[in-house]
Amino acid sequence: MSMLDLRGQIRVLDGNRAGAYGVLLCRPDVISSYPITPQTPLLETLYKFEAEGLLDAEMIEPEGENSAMGVLLGACAAGGRTFTATSSQGLSFMGDAYLLAAGNRFPIVMALGMREQVSPHGVFAGQQDAVLVKDHGWVQIFTESGQEILDSIIMAYRLAEDSDILLPVNVCYEGFYLSHHSQRVAVPGQEEVDEFLAPLKNMKRLKWTLEEPMVFSSYTVPAELFTEYRYKACAAHQRAKGKFDEIDKEFGKKFGRSYGGQIEEYKTDDAEIIIVTMGCSTGTAKVVVDRKREEGVKVGLVKVRMFRPSPRERLLEVLNGKKAVGVIDRSVCYAWGCGHNFVELKALLGDIERPAPIMLDFIGGLAGADITDQHVARVIDSTVAAAKGQRQQTVTWLSLE
Amino acid sequence: MKFRTEFEGPWSTPKEPLDVKTGEWRSQRPLTKGEKCRQCGWCSLFCPCGCRKEMPHYFSVDLDYCKGCATCARVCPAKAIMMVREEI
Repeated sequence: MSMLDLRGQIRVLDGNRAGAYGVLLCRPDVISSYPITPQTPLLETLYKFEAEGLLDAEMIEPEGENSAMGVLLGACAAGGRTFTATSSQGLSFMGDAYLLAAGNRFPIVMALGMREQVSPHGVFAGQQDAVLVKDHGWVQIFTESGQEILDSIIMAYRLAEDSDILLPVNVCYEGFYLSHHSQRVAVPGQEEVDEFLAPLKNMKRLKWTLEEPMVFSSYTVPAELFTEYRYKACAAHQRAKGKFDEIDKEFGKKFGRSYGGQIEEYKTDDAEIIIVTMGCSTGTAKVVVDRKREEGVKVGLVKVRMFRPSPRERLLEVLNGKKAVGVIDRSVCYAWGCGHNFVELKALLGDIERPAPIMLDFIGGLAGADITDQHVARVIDSTVAAAKGQRQQTVTWLSLE
Repeated sequence: MKFRTEFEGPWSTPKEPLDVKTGEWRSQRPLTKGEKCRQCGWCSLFCPCGCRKEMPHYFSVDLDYCKGCATCARVCPAKAIMMVREEI
C-alpha cells in the first residue's frame, strides 16, 4: 500500500495537500492544470497519487491555463468529472475559457489558491484574483482551514453536478496562510465519500458522444434564445444557494463536520454588532470575538462562505436588527474605494429593516500582510463606537495606520 | 416565462446551427474548373465549414454555408479553384 494513501486517517497536512486528498476522494476522470504559486504543491500531490496508482485519472499537462480549461470543457462535454487548480494571473490567462465553462453550464470544480493580482507584482496572499471574476458565472466558496478546503471540494462536486444546478464551482483558499500552513486534517474514508457522491450517478446531464454529437457554445440566435440561456443561468445560481445549505447539512450528518452552508454564524443570536469575514482571517477573528465577549461586548461574527451566488437572504436574516456591521476585506474595489465584500453588504441596505445598521469597512491583509488579533480588536472597537453613535471613518486601511 | 428550448445552456443538436445560413455572409464564391480538378480532396479536407462535397468529376460547394473564405482556392494544388466576386 502506498505511504501516500491517508484516506480514513487524521494527519497534519497543509491546505494544498488537504485539497489534493479532497480531489482524490472524488475520483475525477480528467485533471488538467498548469502549475502556479501558491497552488503548485496541490498539483504535485495529484501527480504523486497518479504515479503511485491511487488516482485513476487522465492527467493532462497543458501549455498554459487557457488550454487547461479548454481541455476540461471537452472532457466535461463528454460527461467526465473534471478538476483543475490555478491562482492569480493563471486565472486571468484562463479568461475566456473560464467564461465558457460557466456559460455552457459545465460542472467543473477548480481549486483557487488565492493571491494578489498584478500590478504591483507579488506572489502573496490576497483575494483579489477571486473577487475580480465575481460575475463570470462561477459559484465561489471561500474556506477558512485545510479541513474546510478538503470538505468543500467534496461538497463542490455534489453542488456542481446536481442536475438542478450544473454550474462550475471555485473552492477558494488564501495562498500560504492556507495553502502552505499545516494543520490537523481528518481525511475521510473512500467508502463514505463514494456514498456521499452516489446521488450524482442518477443526475441527468447533456453529454456529447460520437453516436449522438452535440454542439455546445453554439452561435445563439435569436436574441430571445440568448436571453433565455442568461435567465436560466441566473435561476441556477439562485437555486444553488438553498441547495448548498442542504448539501452542507447532509455532509454534517455523514462526516460530523458542517460549516453553516452559505454563511457561518458565530455567536450572532444576541449580538448587537457583527463582524463579517471571508477566508482565513475568520479563525483569528473568532478568537478576538470570544475575548471581547468576555469583556461584555455583544459581538458576533458572520463568515461568508458562498461569495457567489450572493447569500443575500441569509445575510439579511442575520443582519436585521443589528446596530453596526464591520467588514474585513482582503481585496479592493477601485470603483467604490473599499473592499469587494463591503460593496456586497452595502447592496443589502435597501432591503434591511429600519433602523439599518451602520456599516464600516476595514481593508487588511493585502499582499500577504497578517490580519492580526490587534487588527480585529481595532475593527470591533470601531464598530462598537459606531453603534453608540460616534462618527467613524467608513473605510479604514488597516496596514496604513 | 416563455422558453424555446428544453436545454439549460447553449447546447444544441448539430441540426440547429444549420439554421444560420452562413452563406449570407459571403462576398466572393469559389468557382471550380471541372477539367483542371484532380479530385485530390484537399478543398474538402481544409474547408472550415465542411461544405465541399465529392461529385463524380469534381468537388461541389454548398453555397448555403460557404462563407467565401478562399481556403479551398489557396490549398488547391491543381489551381482549379478561383474566387469570383458576388454581384449584388
